[in-house]
Parts: sequence; structure tokens; C-alpha cells
Amino acid sequence: MSLFFNYTLNGISNGMIYSALALALVLIFRATKIINFAQGAAGMMTTFIASSLLAHGVSYWWAFVLVLAIGFAFGAMTERILIRPLQGKSELNPVIVTIGLLVVLEGVAGAIYGNASRGFPAAYSQSGLTFGHSRIAFSHFDVFILVAVLVLMIAILILFRATTLGLRMRASAFAGEISRLLGVRVGILLTLGWGLAGIAGSLTGLLVAPTSSFGPYYMDLVLVYAFTGAVIGGLESPVGALIGGLVTGLCISYVGGYLGSGLEPMGALVLLMVALMARPEGLFSRPAARRV
Amino acid sequence: MLEIKDLSVSYGAVRALRSVSFEAQPGSITAVLGANGAGKTTLLRTISGLVRPRTGSVHFNGEELLGRRVETIARQGVAHVPEGRGIIEELTVEENLRLATLWCLKRRERQTAIEEILELFPRLMGFRHRHASTLSGGERQMLVLGRALISRPRLLLLDEPSLGLAPLVTAQLMGLLRDHATGTDVTVVLVEQNARSALSVSQHAVVLNLGEVVVSSSAAEVAADEGLRHHYLGF
Amino acid sequence: MLRHLLFATFGAGIMYLVTSNISLFDNYQVGQIASFVVVLAGLSLLTGVNGQISLGHGAFMAVGAYTTALLMTHTQWNFILELLSAVGAAGVAGLLIGIPATRLKGPYLAGMTLLFALALPPIADKWPNTFGGDQGLTMTTPNAPGTLSPQEWLAWIQIGGALIVLVLLANLLHSRYGRTLRAVRDDEIAASLAGINVARTKVLAFVISAGCAGLAGAFLGLSTGVVNTGAFPLTLSIQLLAAMVLGGTGSLIGMVWGGILLVYLPQWSTSLSGHFNLGSGVSAYLATIIFGAVLIVAMIAAPNGIQGGLRWAWRRLPGSGSGVGGSGSSAAPGAPTPVLTDE
Repeated sequence: MSLFFNYTLNGISNGMIYSALALALVLIFRATKIINFAQGAAGMMTTFIASSLLAHGVSYWWAFVLVLAIGFAFGAMTERILIRPLQGKSELNPVIVTIGLLVVLEGVAGAIYGNASRGFPAAYSQSGLTFGHSRIAFSHFDVFILVAVLVLMIAILILFRATTLGLRMRASAFAGEISRLLGVRVGILLTLGWGLAGIAGSLTGLLVAPTSSFGPYYMDLVLVYAFTGAVIGGLESPVGALIGGLVTGLCISYVGGYLGSGLEPMGALVLLMVALMARPEGLFSRPAARRV
Repeated sequence: MLEIKDLSVSYGAVRALRSVSFEAQPGSITAVLGANGAGKTTLLRTISGLVRPRTGSVHFNGEELLGRRVETIARQGVAHVPEGRGIIEELTVEENLRLATLWCLKRRERQTAIEEILELFPRLMGFRHRHASTLSGGERQMLVLGRALISRPRLLLLDEPSLGLAPLVTAQLMGLLRDHATGTDVTVVLVEQNARSALSVSQHAVVLNLGEVVVSSSAAEVAADEGLRHHYLGF
Repeated sequence: MLRHLLFATFGAGIMYLVTSNISLFDNYQVGQIASFVVVLAGLSLLTGVNGQISLGHGAFMAVGAYTTALLMTHTQWNFILELLSAVGAAGVAGLLIGIPATRLKGPYLAGMTLLFALALPPIADKWPNTFGGDQGLTMTTPNAPGTLSPQEWLAWIQIGGALIVLVLLANLLHSRYGRTLRAVRDDEIAASLAGINVARTKVLAFVISAGCAGLAGAFLGLSTGVVNTGAFPLTLSIQLLAAMVLGGTGSLIGMVWGGILLVYLPQWSTSLSGHFNLGSGVSAYLATIIFGAVLIVAMIAAPNGIQGGLRWAWRRLPGSGSGVGGSGSSAAPGAPTPVLTDE
């Protein structure tokens, strides 16, 4: 029972991280129908930059903020330089381009920083919280993860729901041509969406690094878990990304806990296949809109 | 005034428009008529910048529109209501309307403008916070028309507004269009397959066939020409 | 059919002259190229001809390699049978992945196969007693006949396998089934209206393609003499995709270019980084970076790959016909593949 409790806590903490990266995937997918397979690698790259900043004596929080900004700029540049030229081509082209970017980033990181996994500091203590005399598998850092991802989610939701910029972004994501006819500068909003996704990706990288073997490939599994979560969530809403990420995090935590960590990716694959078989459009997506 | 000169458009080897020229006057409705595939929709899409022509010019109030970006053309007062799915289903009715005000109205004026449009279409009033995907065909058409009018356009391009509507609703819609056009100095270009109802509200008519202008004259003359009606308009 | 066989015999003759006149190490590399041609040809069929993407072909190779290695460890089966089992096992894995894939569009399929590529290697680590753990399992090639050196003999097995696979796939593409594959790629709805069972076609394409990967995995295991999980990382799957794109998506003969790149690009980049004193850290990753960069550039600038470029150049040579002769036209669909070009 207490094992189950701890696996659940672990699943929630990991699930929040997957949610953040799933959000990045969703932000891009619903606007451009592209899965950015390089999103995790971009977060890996910016986390390496953070690690360099920290090594040069920059304080953690300054590095944190700077790296989120770099993530934004990198996401926006990716859209402008690599994705924009593919407009109107087959849907496989952007998939292959983001895959290409994934290996380029991992190769560059490996060439600069080496393959050996290195440490990355956590913002807060990673030892479990204690209640009375029992210690649970949830640390101050896990609380920070929870808060940071929720703040990001809420900020994105407020942006979308309560600002005219968010209205423009949603409109251009859902109906680019009609939005342009209404005077909305769709191009710049797509770039902005990739930038926001870049922030979410960078945040994920910073949150994962302390608890994993931080190296060029440490985001690979996080990316596919986030993809699984995003698909479960329907790939179109931030709330779906949150729920899908949590579901994925919990399932993987139970699989890893009871069956062994080597089976975690296979568990995720089974989960993804079940989700795709049950409803290719995602479990939490709305039914196809009524057409006249 | 909208002046179109010598406009030709090709999709690959298919020529959709061949040297089309006509003028549309402010404060009046110009109906563009013709069968399926005559080039009507292409004509509107070219004016609003969605399609790049091979040759020709599109002047509105003396300014060349061709070569500008779609959103720039929209911001010059050109409202294009595309055929069929012109609403954004994922947004609410009010959000659909607000989106069209963002570039042209100040923050304070937006809500007033939205209320004005909702008063113009009372059916939409109760649905203002509903997703546009829940609207019926007629309600959708009201919404796209309201969304086009809210930016107070100087050139209004309407593609098949009566498509799929009941005759009574079509009549209402046309009446509203006529009132709007004649009361202001807006230039209206109305593309319709339903030639009878379009001619009943317009002052000028252009008949297209296979991408070419067959006739460009007053709506009354076109309506009176039995051969023309029989050959190209089907009534 | 006859033309493909003639071409294969011709290829075998050339390869005989080549393998008997080059060093043992070059034989090893020629054999590796042939092994990669096998997996790339299958991938080309899947992506180029049938329009399905896979980022998991490295994992199918792992299935094939481990199958043959396990049979070699535990049984005394015939060598050919052991290789065919690799094809069969990988084909079954392809079936399991291919069935859900029938309902998926490009990005979803890419994500699922990516997860597959990452999920399979840890399985082998999970049961080290069965799969040999880090050490892996050993694989041995049967004794060479006559005076042939073991390296030459292995290269011959691999080249022979590659030629057989190429002939079979080329015939397949020219059969009714090849047209079916292309019809499904071009327009699934139209294909199903024409009476084609779209789901079955797509699954079968996956099975065939995965089977090729399984054989290639077994071949590569024979080359290195050992199979371990480190041999099939995600980067391998992505490099396969890159090599396939570079060779010319949808072409079969173009996959020879892809195989050459997969074997020689890492060497070239090592000597390149040595030449510029870039250090061992860089040289280990330079090939990966080049593969990725080339994927990006190819998608944006030249979607038809090396073979497409050669065809293009050939057509512009004065006095040449429209085809490239027996080899090129036998394998490649005539038109550039819509999968990777403008629609």
C-alpha cells in the first residue's frame, strides 16, 4: 500500500513534467499539424546552456530565466528557418525535418559536452518530505515541479482565454486562412506559438535534468512519454495535455515500480497503442465538429 | 470604386480566369453570376490576395491591391466572406465577432460594436457564448455576415451567402444586404449561383462563363435578357 | 522478372570481381553496405512506395539479430533457416506495429515507431541471462567453402542476400501489388473505392519492410560477430531514415548510395575531424550531425535524393533516353514520390 502511494506520488511528479512537454507539442500541433520531435532535444540543448551558465557563476534563477528566454528564441527561429519553407508540402517533410534537428542537436551537444552524463543542480532539496516520522517519496523539488508546471499551464490558459493576443493565436491556429481574411497576422502568431512551446520545452529540460542522467540523450524518453500524453489528451488543448501527461506519468510509474524500470518504455508503447486504437484523435478531443 | 482590369488566373494548366475586367461602384451591389466552375470564387480570392494572378490589376479607391498580403488587404477595409465554412467553429460567437474588430477598433469601442451586430441579428444574441460549431446553417451565415460588417468594410466580398439556406432566410439576408449597401458607401461584390435572388437586390451584374466575362451591365438588363438567363443563369 | 534476374546476375558478377580483388577489411565493409541495402530497400518500400514513415527500423533489426543469435546459441538449425527466422520474427514485430499503424497519419506513426525504437533495447537489458546483457550474444558465420577467406565468404552471403531481396522487391513493385501499394499512398479513399483493402495493404507493407530489417540485423550481427543492445540505438533508426532519403525515397537501387553513406560517412567524418584537429569528442558525433543536417537540407531543398538527382542529370545528358537503363528504372517508381515533394 505504501509502495503504491509512493509510486503514485512519483507518477504525479513525472507526469507534470510530461504535461509540460506535452503542452509544447500541443501548442505546435494544433497550429501547424506538426509534431516537433526536436522539442525535447531543444530543451536538452538549453539545459546544457544553463549548465554552462551555472559553471560560470551565474545564479540558478538568473540562468533559469535566461534559458527560458533562449528556449523561446530557439523555438521561434526553428519555425522561421526550418518549418516555414515547408509550407504546402507533404506532412512527412516536417516530421523528417524535426527528426533531423533532433539528431543535429544531440550530436552538437555530444560534440561539445561529451557523452558522459553529468550532474545538474535542483532548485530545492530532493530528499523526501517528512510527515511526523514517515518520509514520503515527494521532495521539495517535486513540489517545485508541480508549482512550476501549473504556473506555466495557468499562464498559457490566461493568455489564450483572457487576452486578445490569445484570441488571435487560437484563431490562427484553428483557421489560418479565415483569420488572415480578418486582418490577423497569422505568420507572426505561428512563430510566437513555436516560441511559447520553446519555453515549455526549456522548462521541461531544467526540471528533468536533476533526476536523470543528464547527457545528450536524456530527453529522448521524456519526449516520447510527452508525446504519449499529448495523444491521450487529444493534441489540441492545454488541459488535455495536463491530463494526458499525468495519466502517462502514473502508468509509467506503476509499470516501472511493479515490473521494473526496463519495461517503462514498453509500457508507454502499449499505452500509446491502446490510446491510438481506441481513438486516433485522442481520448479527450472533442468529436469532429459538425459541418454544414 | 473597385476596378478590375485584364485579370487572368491559372491553376497549373487550368485557366480559371481569362482577362476579366469590370468595375463595381460604391453604395451599390454588383452581382457576379455564372455556373459552377465559371471562376466566381477564384475572382474573389484573387481580390482578397489569397490567389496570385498571372496578369492584370485590381484597384480599390485608386490603390493597387495585387501583390499585397492577405492581412494587409483586409486591413484596408476589404472584408471577404468565404464560401461555406467561414466561421471559426472552435471560437464562440462573440469571439468570432471580436476577432474582426481587433485591427480596426479601439479596446473600448469593441464591445459596443459587438452589441450593435448582435442587435442586428437577434437570433445570435442568445448564443453569444456558445461555440460557433453549434450554430445552424442560417445562424452561421448571419454570424459571418455580422463579422464582415463589424469592421465597417469599404469593400465587401460575399461568396454564395445563400448556399444551403431556406428561401425565407435568403430573402431576409438579401434584404439586409441591400439596406446596408445603399445606406452607406460600401462597395459590395456578391457571388451567387442563385441568380434570381442576387439580381433582385443588385444594381449591376457580371456574368462569367469558363473564366470569361460574358456580360457586364445593369442588373435589370441582365434579368430582362431571356437568352442570357437561359444560357448562363439557369432560370 | 527476367530483367531483374539478369541485373542481379550482372551485379553478382561485378561483386565477385570486386570482392576477390580488395582487402579483407574492404570485404567487411562491402558486406556491411549490402546489409544496409537490405534494410534500406525495405524502408524505401514502406515510406517511398507505400507512404508510411518508420523511425523504428533499428528496433526491427534488433529483433532479427537477436532471433538469429538466440537460435545459434540454443539450436543446431540450418544457417539459412536461422536467417529466415530473423525475417519471420521481425515480420511478426512489424505486424504488431503495423496493425495500429493502419489507422495513423504521418506524425502519429512517426511518434509510435520512435517510441518502439526506444522501448525495445531496454527489454534485452531487462533479462541479461537470456539476451546476454552488455556482453551480448555471439554470432558465427558457417565455415567458408573451398579457399574462400571467412571475410569474403561473409561478404558473399550478405551481397547474395541483398541481391535476392532487391530482385524480390523489384518484382513485387512491378506486380499488381506494387500498384496497390502506390495507390494506397496516393489516395487511401480512392484506393478503397477501387476495391483495395487499404488496411491489409499497409500492414503487409510493414511486415515486408520489417522482415527486410530483420535480415539486415542478422547480417550486421554476423559482421560484428556479436549482438548487444548498444548496437541498435535510436540514432541508428534515424540514420537509416536519413540514408533512405539521401538514396532517393521510393527507389531500390538508390539504397546502394544510402548503404555506402551509412558505412563510409562515419569514417570520412572521423578523418575529416582528424584533419581539422577537432578532437575525438567531435569526431564521434560529426557523422550524426551531418546525417541530421543533410536530412533537413534534403527535405527543404532536394526531396528526391541522390538517385533522383542522378536521374535528373541523366535526363539532361544529350542523347540519353528517359530511363537510366535496366537498373534505375526497374526499381524506382517513374515519377518523383509525392510523399516527399509538393502535392
